[in-house]
Amino acid sequence: MFEAIAFYLFAFLTIAMFYITVTTSQALYALTALAAGMIFISAFFFILGADFLGAVQIVVYSGAVMALYSFGMMFFDTTREVKEKQGNKYIVVGLATVAAVLVVLIFSAPILSDNIIALYPIGEAGNTQEVGVVLFTKYLVPFEVAAIMLLVAMISGIVLAGKKMDASLTLMTEKEIQDMRKEKKSKKALL
Amino acid sequence: MEIGLNHYLVLSTILFSIGLVGVMRRKNLLMLFFATEILLNSVNIAFAAISHYYGDLTGQMFAFFVIAIAASEVAVGLGLLIVWHKRYNNIDLDYLNTMKG
Repeated sequence: MFEAIAFYLFAFLTIAMFYITVTTSQALYALTALAAGMIFISAFFFILGADFLGAVQIVVYSGAVMALYSFGMMFFDTTREVKEKQGNKYIVVGLATVAAVLVVLIFSAPILSDNIIALYPIGEAGNTQEVGVVLFTKYLVPFEVAAIMLLVAMISGIVLAGKKMDASLTLMTEKEIQDMRKEKKSKKALL
Repeated sequence: MEIGLNHYLVLSTILFSIGLVGVMRRKNLLMLFFATEILLNSVNIAFAAISHYYGDLTGQMFAFFVIAIAASEVAVGLGLLIVWHKRYNNIDLDYLNTMKG
């Protein structure tokens, strides 16, 4: 009973928030609505018994990703109204519906066939413990690869967004550093 | 009334179609990134629901990796977007046609 109430409440809230994200013309409204939708999605994970996944969803999405977006928005002109593509509305809606039905078929095909045996059954221990055991045995290599991928993404983000990251102060001679400082001072008038 | 797997799959589908509509109708690249996040999250819900109703942890594992990929995608994408905005002073898709033959 309570599960049904929680499901419908959070389903309505999530759909409303994401609808606002997709349709609003203000970038800040879209950002806030997206952050709220992420928090509401974590409620589904808690209902489904995936406690650790819910906590990760809150920490990573509403914490890290949203903070990154809001930092990124400082660089852009967000007060301006967002212009929209003027395409055929019916084609867009029709294509989206067809694609969504396809996704349902993809997900429900293995359920209909009903031949799947649980490889890693959910046991009596807590969800976090079970996740840890599976993650560090069967999925250890993907875990390490994901760690390297995050490292690469972090370095590329710093290099792309940072200024003067192509020059290394430790590898330059004293004269080059002096020249760079002079150049920077003369450039300040332009900035 | 019992909430079954189909409820979650239908919810995931609705969210996925909202994200798809967003991807198709947005012209601003930042808004396009938001729609991509919606797509990834709807798939995560489906993974977690299947994991719960099958009693199998593999779905949750995939959801974790999807979250990791989403985080790194945001970092690289925003970096590229900032570089683009510095050079051309806008982030509209229509101006992103320098590779046009």
